[in-house]
Amino acid sequence: MELFNLAIRSIFIDNMVFAYFLGMCSFLAVSKKVSTALGLGAAVIFVLTITVPLNWLLNEFILKEGALAFLGASFATIDLTFLRFIMFIAIIAAMVQLVEMVVEKFAPALYGALGIFLPLIAVNCAILGGSLFMAQRDYTLAEATVYGFGSGTGFFLAIVALAAIREKLKYSNVPNGLKGLGITMLITGLMGIAFMSFMGIDL
Amino acid sequence: MSTDTAEKEIALKESEALLSKRRKKLVTDPLVDDNPITIQVLGICSALAVTTQMQPTLVMALSVIFVMVMANLSISLLRNKIPTRVRIIVQLAVVASLVTLVNEVLQAFAYDMYKELSVFVGLIITNCIVMGRLEAYALGNKPYDSVLDGFGSALGYSWIILTVAFFRELWGSGSLFGIPIFDGISSLFGGDFQLATNGLMVSPVGAFIILGLLIWVQRTKTGYVEH
Repeated sequence: MELFNLAIRSIFIDNMVFAYFLGMCSFLAVSKKVSTALGLGAAVIFVLTITVPLNWLLNEFILKEGALAFLGASFATIDLTFLRFIMFIAIIAAMVQLVEMVVEKFAPALYGALGIFLPLIAVNCAILGGSLFMAQRDYTLAEATVYGFGSGTGFFLAIVALAAIREKLKYSNVPNGLKGLGITMLITGLMGIAFMSFMGIDL
Repeated sequence: MSTDTAEKEIALKESEALLSKRRKKLVTDPLVDDNPITIQVLGICSALAVTTQMQPTLVMALSVIFVMVMANLSISLLRNKIPTRVRIIVQLAVVASLVTLVNEVLQAFAYDMYKELSVFVGLIITNCIVMGRLEAYALGNKPYDSVLDGFGSALGYSWIILTVAFFRELWGSGSLFGIPIFDGISSLFGGDFQLATNGLMVSPVGAFIILGLLIWVQRTKTGYVEH
């Protein structure tokens, strides 16, 4: 039940885009068409669900203060927390590469759909942000997995909804200076207000 | 005037002046005409979250300036040594090391600020402006030019997020840098009326709307139209 609660929280309340502004670059750049937004959203869910638990293992057994205690008593005082950024980003970049190769080999159809988005994802703030929040909030492994999947789904919902709105928006008469980025920011703000109504849901 | 330009040309032939016109353009272009946030749509990710108040925003802006200048310098010095196929990993490693440095310094000397910025310092690593400038400029240009380019882009980014923070803190909390402005104004008039703060500005929604309006104003002034 608590895991379910965490999933709901990470999808709707602590939404990556509307609450923390994470992944805004790709959120704005790849939301012109629903079909491409679906591809990127799916890739983000996929990569977040894999990298967050993986980085949890890395954090728990190597980086945390005293995590190296299993190597012997003299290692028990070592604190490698300062290596967190560089290790997390290395894991993410390596995983993205690996996922890309595996998907290409075993699921060519999926690769065709996700193809160009996978390399982009290595530098998506939402992916690194997911891992950093996980480390900061001291989740367990199960919680980390659910959190990764939930925040990915939140991003997916946000980007697909925005793409759908932008497709309709093509037919409206927007002032010149507001075209493109400007109106998209304002719409994102309005969508954020809608998502605020989920605040306070506690199962 | 004519001798002036003649002298300039001679100086150019011998060695380019420390702040020649071209180099000045490297710094000033990203401020308005080619602003990374409002025109190129890069780097909105990591920093908007800290713009509820001026002080953390200023720290964030300074961190980004430091990281961008140093990353551009390092990559530019290494540009002939980096194999093309692994350049993304090399860039990420350089940026991540610099960000770790910033994070450790903050943790040691400004612990409250470190707590307040939390994960957002780390997210400078994935700030698209940093990677974008490394890819587009530092990999193909000399160190000094790259430093100027990084500095210019980071400044262009900084003034945007500082402006957003200015309005969000003023309207959301009625203060600037933590100094209560709205209370000061009302006490100036004998406390007869109270200026109301807007809770929406403190929430993330405020940042989206302020930035959207800022982009509108800025693009109307520069005449840039997106198609």
